[in-house]
Parts: sequence; C-alpha cells; structure tokens
Amino acid sequence: MLSKKQARAFFLGGTVITFLIFIGLTIFSFSKAQDQSNDENITEAVVKGKELWEANNCMGCHTILGEGAYYAPELTKVVERRGEGYIKAVLTTPVDWAPNGRKMVAYGFSQEEAADLIAFFNWIGKIDLNGFDTVVSPLAKDE
Amino acid sequence: MKYKSQKVAYWFFALSMLLFGLQIVYGFIMGSAHAGYDGLHSIIPFNTARAVHTNLLVVWLLSGFMGAAYYIIPEEAQRELVNVKLAYVQLISLAVVGVIAIVGYHFNYWEGRKFLEIPRPLDYLVVVNVLLFLGLILTTLFKGKRKTTTALVLSMGLLFAALLYLPGMLPFDSQVKDSFFRWWVVHLWVEGVWELIMGGILSFLLIKLTGVDREVIEKWLYVIVGLTFLSGVLGTGHHYYYIGVNKIWLIVGGIFSALEPLAFLAMALFAVNMYRKGEKKHPNKLALYWTLGAAIVSFMGAGLLGFAHTLPQTNKYTHGTLVTAMHGHLAFWGAYAMIVLAIISYSLPNMTGRKLYESTRGRVAFWLSNIGMIGMTVAFGVAGVAQVYLERKFKMEFMAVQKEIEIHFVVLILCATIFLTGIISYMIDFYKHGKPNDEALETVSN
Repeated sequence: MLSKKQARAFFLGGTVITFLIFIGLTIFSFSKAQDQSNDENITEAVVKGKELWEANNCMGCHTILGEGAYYAPELTKVVERRGEGYIKAVLTTPVDWAPNGRKMVAYGFSQEEAADLIAFFNWIGKIDLNGFDTVVSPLAKDE
Repeated sequence: MKYKSQKVAYWFFALSMLLFGLQIVYGFIMGSAHAGYDGLHSIIPFNTARAVHTNLLVVWLLSGFMGAAYYIIPEEAQRELVNVKLAYVQLISLAVVGVIAIVGYHFNYWEGRKFLEIPRPLDYLVVVNVLLFLGLILTTLFKGKRKTTTALVLSMGLLFAALLYLPGMLPFDSQVKDSFFRWWVVHLWVEGVWELIMGGILSFLLIKLTGVDREVIEKWLYVIVGLTFLSGVLGTGHHYYYIGVNKIWLIVGGIFSALEPLAFLAMALFAVNMYRKGEKKHPNKLALYWTLGAAIVSFMGAGLLGFAHTLPQTNKYTHGTLVTAMHGHLAFWGAYAMIVLAIISYSLPNMTGRKLYESTRGRVAFWLSNIGMIGMTVAFGVAGVAQVYLERKFKMEFMAVQKEIEIHFVVLILCATIFLTGIISYMIDFYKHGKPNDEALETVSN
C-alpha cells in the first residue's frame, strides 16, 4: 500500500518533471525554426492596433484566434470576410453599429486608428492556426 | 473556533457574498442581451458586463480562499495569526482595488485581455496586497506548533497562485505570445494551483466533518494534487491548439488534458469514500452537503464537460463558441464556488456560535442553486452545440445563428432565476448567523 512519503514523492516529482517539459516545449514553440506566429511581420501599425484592441476591450464581445466573449463575430479572418471598407465604416461611425439589432459601442475611431486596427486584423489573418482558419474563414464557407 | 484571530475570516467571507451577488446581477445583464434585450447598452455595454462578471468571480473566489486560509491556518498551525490588524488592512485594500477596477470598467479603464482586465497600475496594487496576505499566512504557519500537509498544500497553492500572476503582466507586441502567457496565469490557476487550494480546503473539511484519520486523508491529498499537476501543467496545451503556435501542442495538450478528469474523479471518489469511512457524527450536515457537492459537481463540470471539448478534433469546431461557457459555468461553480460555500457553511457556526446546522433554508439554498446551475449549463450547452453546427458546419452568418439561439438564453435566464433564489437563501442564512464573537471560542470544540 502506498505510504504518505511515496505519495508526496509522486506529487513533487510529477510536478517538477511536467513543469520542466512545459518550459522546454514553450522554448521550442517560439524558437526561430518552429515559430509560426507571423512574428516577423509585426509593424508599428499592428502594435498600435493591438493597443487599441486592448484599450477598448474588444475581446469583451468579439473573439480573435477563437478567444474572447461570444457576443459578437470572430475577427480572425474579418478582412477577407468583410473587406477593409466595411470594417473602416464600423470603426469610425459616430452612432451604434447594430447589424440584426445587436449593438456595438460607437467608438468613433479616427481614420488613422481604424487603419491601425485593420493592420492588426490583417496581421492576425496571416497567422498559421493549424487549420482553425478553415473553420472560421470565408474560404472554408465556400468549400 | 479555537483562536480569536480566526474571526477575520468572517469579513473576507462577507466580502465574497457581496461580490458574488453583484456578479450574478451582471450575469443577468449579459443573459438578457443575448436573449435580445440590451436596454442597458448605453450605460453597461456587453464588454463591461462581461469584464465585471468574470472579474467579480475571480475576486470573490480569491476573497473566499483568503478567508479560508485565515480560518484554517491558525487552527492547523495551532497559534493565533501573527498580526490581525494587518489582515484587516489587507481585506480593506483588496476591497478598494476590486471596487476601483469594477468602477473603471464602466469608464473604458481596463486592459482588454480576457480574465485579466485589471489595468496595469492596479496590477501592482494586487501584487502588494497578495504579498501582505502571503506574509501573514506563511509567517503564522512557520511560527506555529505544527506544519500539517493540509496547511502546506493550501499555502503552496496560494503562493504559486501569486507567482503565476506575474507572467500575465509581461508585455508583448504579439497577440499570440500575449495569449500564450495569459494562459500561464488563467489555466495554471484554475486547472493547477487553485486545485491545490481546493484540495487543501477539502482535506481540512473532510478531517473535521468525517472524523477519518488525518494521515489517511492527507496521503490521498498528495495523490490527488499529484494527478492534478501531472495532467494539468501540460494540459495547458489545449489552449494552444489554434492560437498560432506549433502543432506539438495538439499532441501534448490532447493527451494530457484528456487525463485531467482523472484528478477530479479521484477527488470525488476520495471525498465520498472518506464520508463512507467516517463516523458521520458531525452535526453540521449543510457543510457536508457543500463539501461532497463540490467534489462531485467539480468532476461533472471541470472533468466531464471539460473532456467533452478538449480533444483537438472536437475543439477545432467548439473553440471560441458558447460550448466554452457551458463548461466554464459548471466547472467554476463545482470546483471553486461550492468549496468556498462549503468552508463558509462549516466555519460560520463556529465563528458566531449560532449552530444553524440543519435549517430548511440551508437545504433549499443547496438544491436550488445546484438545480439552477445545472439548468444553466444545459441551456449554454444546447445553444453552444447549435452554434457549432449552424455556424461552423452549415456556414451560416454569426448573427443569423445568434437569432436562432436566442430562445436558449430565455431558458438560461429562467434557470438563473432558480439559481439566484438558492443563492439568496444562502445569503439570508449567512446574515442570520450574526457576527463573529469571542464567546464562540469555548462553545464549539471542532
């Protein structure tokens, strides 16, 4: 029968080993040869777009890379799906955008801010998502 | 209650109750918006309601864990808390940071990162607050007469929870890296170190309520938390399938997260077996309900429903849909909300001296809240599965699908009303116990 000492060794040993493997896999994932996060194409506009994305908690309604709330559409492939003109109109309008009656806050972004957010969406749209993009992209909808 | 300083726990629990109530109010706002009634949009838009709802959950659970530690650690270490005044300072500062954050969310003052919306300057205050808390708990533990496994596991959980908050504060230009390390906080909290905290509280409650030998309970506690980390750390990979990192996570995350239910199954079997083995003499039946309930419902919510969409083949379609909300609600309720309600139910009569062990209201609270939450989970599940099929299989537009599933949110609101009735009953019971007092010191032996 298992003793308390053996149970403790199982806990401590298992934790240390799995955590070390976890750190190793993290380093592996972001190593140059394995990185698929489109890191090399991050521009100043993409970073500004990400800052606006966070400052306004867009994730509190939308999802991106499948993460966020489930109240508004997934935006991973939004540029392909809607086009830049439509997105710019939504971002700059001074009144609530309400497709099908569900309202979005009227952020009234400037043209420059809208361009930064679109750069961010464009960058997101080119990340290798291990096939998830075929589920959420307009291309998948045509299949 | 054996030590006067344990009374400080009461005020942490009271704060928990207050924030829990508020969390439910914001849940109703979100549910109504999903059902098509968003009358509060101009004051409380959905993203505000969402940030408030999830952050209040985190804060009230943390306040509950802290209260549990302030109650359990002195009793386990067999000495008074090292500094009671500082514990009250910590309580007030926690409440102040929480209130500033919640109010800020209504004025676009946040950092829009799921679950970690607290703005950066407040993050530093959280760190100071938690350091103060840990200082008090760990000093009490190490100055105490004994260092039990229960106390060590609980303290270790709290310490690691504090350490793991830090990766969430790292700044990244890449959304992928941001997300990757955000899960170091969120996943390793709820599917890692918080289970240590849960295990510690569960172990304390089982020792007190069943009368089974401490050595037996604590041995199995090690096995359970061992299983938790063995599966949970690499199980983090299930968040990495489709966010822009290497395919290796599909294999690692798939295998290890599929093992995660084992830890919850072990916890449920452990709690039920200890109860069967025990003398069943303890009069506080309500605390026993909540304790066994937590172990069983956490297996259903975190274990089974988590498994339902953790495999990469399934998750490819359910990732980013309401299926996540289905699993999230029952998991948080079973694993963390119920264990906090269990320690409150156990400790409240001991701190106040009022032995309301067998009230009808208490049973109503238990059953209605659980029935309501299971109903809510089913409503989320039906809405989520319908969303997956319509949107991801039949390629319908997002909003067209949302219109189709509105009715499930009406059902959700009905079930949430049953849940709320249960929680109000619990809160009335809490209030009826009165305030903690020193007279309770001699009257209760356990």
